Amino acid sequence: MIVLLVAGIIMSIVSPVFLSLANIEAILIALSMEGTITIGMAILLISGGFDLSVGSTLAFTGVVTGLCLNAGVPAVPAMILGLMAAQMVGLANGLLVTRMGINPFITTLGTAMVVRGLLLVIAHGRAVLNLPSSFTVIGQGRLYGVQHPIFVMLFLVIVGEILVRNSRFFRQSYYIGGNERAARLSGINVDLVKIFNYCLVAVLAGVAGLMITGRFGSASVTIGVGLELRVITAAIIGGASLSGGEGSVLGAFLGALFMGFLANALNLLGVDVYWQNLVTGALLILAVVVDVLNERRKTRQQ
Amino acid sequence: MAEVLRAESITKSFPGILAVDHLSLTLERGEILALVGENGAGKSTLMHILGGSLRPDEGRILLEGQTVSFSSPEDAIRAGISVVPQELSLVGSLSVAENIFANRQPVGPLKMIDWRALYADSETFLRRFELAVSPRRLVKHLSIGQQQILEILKAISTNPKVLILDEPTSSLTEGESVYLFESIRKLQKQGMSFIYVTHKLFEVFSIASRVVVLRDGELVGSKKVDEVSEDELVAMMVGRQISSLYGERTERVLGEAYFKIERLGRKRHFSGISFELHRGEILGMAGLVGARRTEIGRSIFGADPVDSGHIYLNGEELTIVHPQDAIHKGIVYLTEDRKAQGLFLTMSVEDNLVAPNLSEFTTRLGALLKRKMETYAGRVVAEYAIDTPSISKKVLNLSGGNQQKVLVATWMGIRPEVIIFDEPTRGVDVGARAEIYQKILQFAAEGTGVILISSDMAELIGMCDRILVIHEGRITWEAGREDFNEETILARAAGLASENANGKPQGG
Repeated sequence: MIVLLVAGIIMSIVSPVFLSLANIEAILIALSMEGTITIGMAILLISGGFDLSVGSTLAFTGVVTGLCLNAGVPAVPAMILGLMAAQMVGLANGLLVTRMGINPFITTLGTAMVVRGLLLVIAHGRAVLNLPSSFTVIGQGRLYGVQHPIFVMLFLVIVGEILVRNSRFFRQSYYIGGNERAARLSGINVDLVKIFNYCLVAVLAGVAGLMITGRFGSASVTIGVGLELRVITAAIIGGASLSGGEGSVLGAFLGALFMGFLANALNLLGVDVYWQNLVTGALLILAVVVDVLNERRKTRQQ
Repeated sequence: MAEVLRAESITKSFPGILAVDHLSLTLERGEILALVGENGAGKSTLMHILGGSLRPDEGRILLEGQTVSFSSPEDAIRAGISVVPQELSLVGSLSVAENIFANRQPVGPLKMIDWRALYADSETFLRRFELAVSPRRLVKHLSIGQQQILEILKAISTNPKVLILDEPTSSLTEGESVYLFESIRKLQKQGMSFIYVTHKLFEVFSIASRVVVLRDGELVGSKKVDEVSEDELVAMMVGRQISSLYGERTERVLGEAYFKIERLGRKRHFSGISFELHRGEILGMAGLVGARRTEIGRSIFGADPVDSGHIYLNGEELTIVHPQDAIHKGIVYLTEDRKAQGLFLTMSVEDNLVAPNLSEFTTRLGALLKRKMETYAGRVVAEYAIDTPSISKKVLNLSGGNQQKVLVATWMGIRPEVIIFDEPTRGVDVGARAEIYQKILQFAAEGTGVILISSDMAELIGMCDRILVIHEGRITWEAGREDFNEETILARAAGLASENANGKPQGG
């Protein structure tokens, strides 16, 4: 949080464009996909889960909705069908992880490939073009001069943060990620919560998919490749842990914001785009190292 | 007195073993019943059945006169039987309050948590047990002892009729144990009943009113604690008289002082550690939890760094910066944490036994000599009486005592000059303990020097020629056999007596 502020101040001095409303909007709109999915990923990571299939799910939702629209289905039912498709991916992940006991990494790696393959098959490997404006308005429209996806993302982040902080249902994820056996003994329906979390992240990926498809006016079959790792990186920079039990929605969103912010700053400063990966990777490691050192210091103070 | 729990003719078998055999017991309201027995006697199976995580093949359980049947631990908790296991089940990133009221947080509209009520309830609850911890504190920032206590309090907060405690003091300091016992007595007066499972027999006498002994899945004795002695309990547990747990003590002739530590120090851990070890000597290290005994052992072995000091073996100064250096010179350290640091749990007995000197079992090109490994492992298993169906069995599946024997046997394979044992009998049953003591005596008799780090006073007094008392990273007292006395050593370890008041001057 402090890092974000300090970096922001430095940037606004170095580059006057940085703090302009247009630039901030550009950062947020570029972030709206990652930012939305990060909410679900944070909750999933808290409960000790993991999902590599969100990129495929995002593209899948866009393609399903796009095909429905071109087949004459009205916008709202088409979007619902798209989200249901996303939900099915989440349900499959959740059931495989909880009922079959398959490792989440393997499960979602598998479904990521299956879903990507499936969408290429149904779209014949081509983008779905010429989508009606009754649909594209969700990605291109503006409310009070701000693009819709930004509103959706910010709204979901706020609701998500309030829920993981205060709702007894959402807090169950902390117990599950912290100690699954103890969670069961506390009367938590562990499998149900896990399946819910896999569905939640998938549906959020679906929402992101609808927004990006609306923005571009076409459903790409290759969009979202590599997205899952950026989302997980953001959540971890924001305080989540792969071993579960830790993290928050707001933290994860700030992680994503920080990454978007950094990419933008590097652009404005005229740094070669190839440096971005290097910086983001170093940042991920730095964030985790700082966290480890912090914990050590606190433990020593005992 | 009213009977709260009755188990009738409980039987449970696993493939090949009859774990619990027609066992019956009763528990009165407000009673503290100690449950003792060797590893494999059926204690944990019985505990799991009463706690709902296992179903008995035969027999029934009555809670306050009603027959009950549990299909899960949640069922048992709901009925009023809680088990506090040895492993912690707390969530480190949540507060003390949220751990106590796990998934039972008071909620307002929309099932949103009412934080003020949660913290107030926790405050009241903690105050009842006089635990000076803020309910807002994150659990990961508590000490292990505090966490252990919190774990027990969490179980108590569900108001069980019967609380089953499994070795609750295993990671508590003296003070924390005393606190725990006081809390148990307080609850006992309010009518809560306890089943207290322990390996530490002295605890039976300080906390329980009755003791039940299990052996081979059967109940072999149920006694009032004031009508039974520790020796009788041991005899009941092992089913034979152990003349002396610590072996026949013959006057040992000590050889020359061949291993010497001079002013060893590590910042923030210990300083000025100097002593000599003679050939054939068993040198004890006593001290409380946190006295840094383990750290000293690990540093001598090169597993942790040192900042100052010298180590001499046979007159030659050693430079040890890595365990490999120590092993090369014949110094071995057998860790107190055998599961995490000592053994390859998922590998076989055979693979573990050959691990420290693999080079003896490989051809020049690095291929393993399978036949040679098997012969060696077979011989060692027999020599150390390791109870395993085969050398290819995973170490994970052996009992605590047998795991410890594997650990000892593994390291003896390199024929060490100096052996550092760290809590060699923690979690090991009486029978296997006697065998481990025999081995330690045998090593000493063969001229090896042994350093024995232990929290078990009786063990130190029974085994050692000399005892160094460590307090806050310093040697505060050295006791020869004539000074051996449990109270004095404990007092010294707690830092209560002045330096060198009764003992010999330190060093030499």
